Amino acid sequence: MAEEQEIKGKERYKSGVISYKKMGYWQPDYTPIVTDVIAMFRLTPAAGVDPEEVAAGVAGESSTATWTVVWTDRLTASELYRAKCYKCDLVPNTGPGTETEAQYFIYIAYDMDLFEGGSIANVTASIIGNVFGMKALKALRLEDMHFPVAYMKTFEGPATGIIVERERMDKFGRPLLGATTKPKLGLSGRNYGRVVYEALKGGLDFVKDDENINSQPFMHWRDRFLYCMEAVNKASAATGEIKGHYLNITAATMDEMIERAEFAKDLGSIIVMIDLVIGYTAIQSMAKWCRANDMILHLHRAGNSTYSRQKNHGMNFRVICKWMRMAGVDHIHAGTVVGKLEGDPAMIHGFYDVLRETHNDVNLENGIFLEQDWASLNKVMPVASGGIHAGQMHQLLHHLGEDVVLQFGGGTIGHPQGIQAGAIANRVALEVMIQARNEGQDYLAKGPEILQNAAKTCAPLKAALDTWKDITFNYESTDTADFVPTATGSN
Amino acid sequence: MMTNYGNRMTQGQFSFLPDMTDEQITMQIKYALDNKWAVNIEYTDDPHPRNTYWEMYGMPMFDMTDPAGILMEINECRKTFANCYIRVMASDATRGTESVKMSYIVNRPSNEPGYNLVREERTGRTQGYTILPYACDKPEGERS
Repeated sequence: MAEEQEIKGKERYKSGVISYKKMGYWQPDYTPIVTDVIAMFRLTPAAGVDPEEVAAGVAGESSTATWTVVWTDRLTASELYRAKCYKCDLVPNTGPGTETEAQYFIYIAYDMDLFEGGSIANVTASIIGNVFGMKALKALRLEDMHFPVAYMKTFEGPATGIIVERERMDKFGRPLLGATTKPKLGLSGRNYGRVVYEALKGGLDFVKDDENINSQPFMHWRDRFLYCMEAVNKASAATGEIKGHYLNITAATMDEMIERAEFAKDLGSIIVMIDLVIGYTAIQSMAKWCRANDMILHLHRAGNSTYSRQKNHGMNFRVICKWMRMAGVDHIHAGTVVGKLEGDPAMIHGFYDVLRETHNDVNLENGIFLEQDWASLNKVMPVASGGIHAGQMHQLLHHLGEDVVLQFGGGTIGHPQGIQAGAIANRVALEVMIQARNEGQDYLAKGPEILQNAAKTCAPLKAALDTWKDITFNYESTDTADFVPTATGSN
Repeated sequence: MMTNYGNRMTQGQFSFLPDMTDEQITMQIKYALDNKWAVNIEYTDDPHPRNTYWEMYGMPMFDMTDPAGILMEINECRKTFANCYIRVMASDATRGTESVKMSYIVNRPSNEPGYNLVREERTGRTQGYTILPYACDKPEGERS
């Protein structure tokens, strides 16, 4: 396809329409440099369209191109600002001879000066702005991104981060425990605070508002904040521990969110919460506010599955994790492996690595396609929430590690002996599993036995194990790895 | 008496479990040493949740590689401050952490009277909260 190579010089700028490849957006010989932002997409071309041309189109439309040649390109350093698609590989197990139509992994390099420093909104306007609607492609999914250290340094990152959160809360060496108040809608402020108090006194570190609890007719936000803080302080005095309740400050306008955040601060709350649906700019604004006010910022990923779940279109949650670490949240819901919500174990390990490591190496098995140096941005605490209970403690610790908030909503509030008993069961299960791990026991294999032993002296744990002994959620995930390690014989 | 689970202050990693034996403490020390963390011992008679700086019982034992030696220090501390809270901590100097990785209580006063929650009524139904440990009612030096 010699005619499809980039055209240079005067001919390049003749009025009319030429292919994106000819315009210079396909550069198979290009090697990314240290100042390049890299985006990696999964591309399904429209029927009969050359994949490299669509890939070049994605590069073009997410950077400088329009559909026709413009002479004004010649007034800028246009060759620098042009994004360059430098790789277009067939996805394993797709295309002719398989059950899935051909998909391609395409890699595009962008000079970092295409993006405003410190602005997730600006990054997203380019990378996921126009390109997902191009007619030349049938589906497109943003799989991963790499940001140069220099660009990463234009972001402040998490206001608090894992390390400082632990220091502030005086809680070390074990996952934190939380629960979401249930029922999520309908309780009065007074009754709502009751759930918070019982769960915290029982032994949880945090209780949480649900994503859709804002200021409804049955409970206005000020009432919720007042009763929750009464519960938090009373539980703190009952246990001698620092406790918190994620007060959801999500509201219709920034002004209202700031008003709610200020009220939470006046009441002495250590943490506030927002939903992903408020948008990238609002999230960054609240992260700045939290940094200025010594507040931990919890993010609920409400809405993400509308675009992250289908494998061929939308964007992978790992990219949301990256953007949110840059935007500056301290907590993000990132999957449980064993609970009720979507999540392939290998993929979730990848999300957790993005949130918690100081450097990510390429790890195809866990879906990490691009290397990332986090440039000393704080670490984000992942939150595991949804259909988990004390009987899975060994699996949770094994899959998710120690820097995580384990949230047992139903697994606390649904306990047959009451909410305090539910919290006690979770805390005892957690502590005994940490103790066993530290002692060098094979806690994953011996988990059920370790829990049963602890239950001999802890009736609430026994009741929890009996109630939920057979509860698992074994459904196949939609978001799975494309690269599976091949077992090699060991001699 | 406190009315929560175990009727005691529940700071630290293992407060919901039965008190650890010397053998169990040794295994936790070994875990810290295996991770190349420095172990130190701290004690206090003030269990306020925001009392960060407990008294140090000596320096962190950066160069002590034998769990038995550290256990000996813990037991010396227990003898000297029998009616105090004593915690064992482990610090990780790795870049990106540079903080505490373990903290667990190995000694408690015989009586744990708990905390008084003092409310200050403010405008608009808001309250200011102060938590006061009953253990600190008397001046420092006249407690125990």
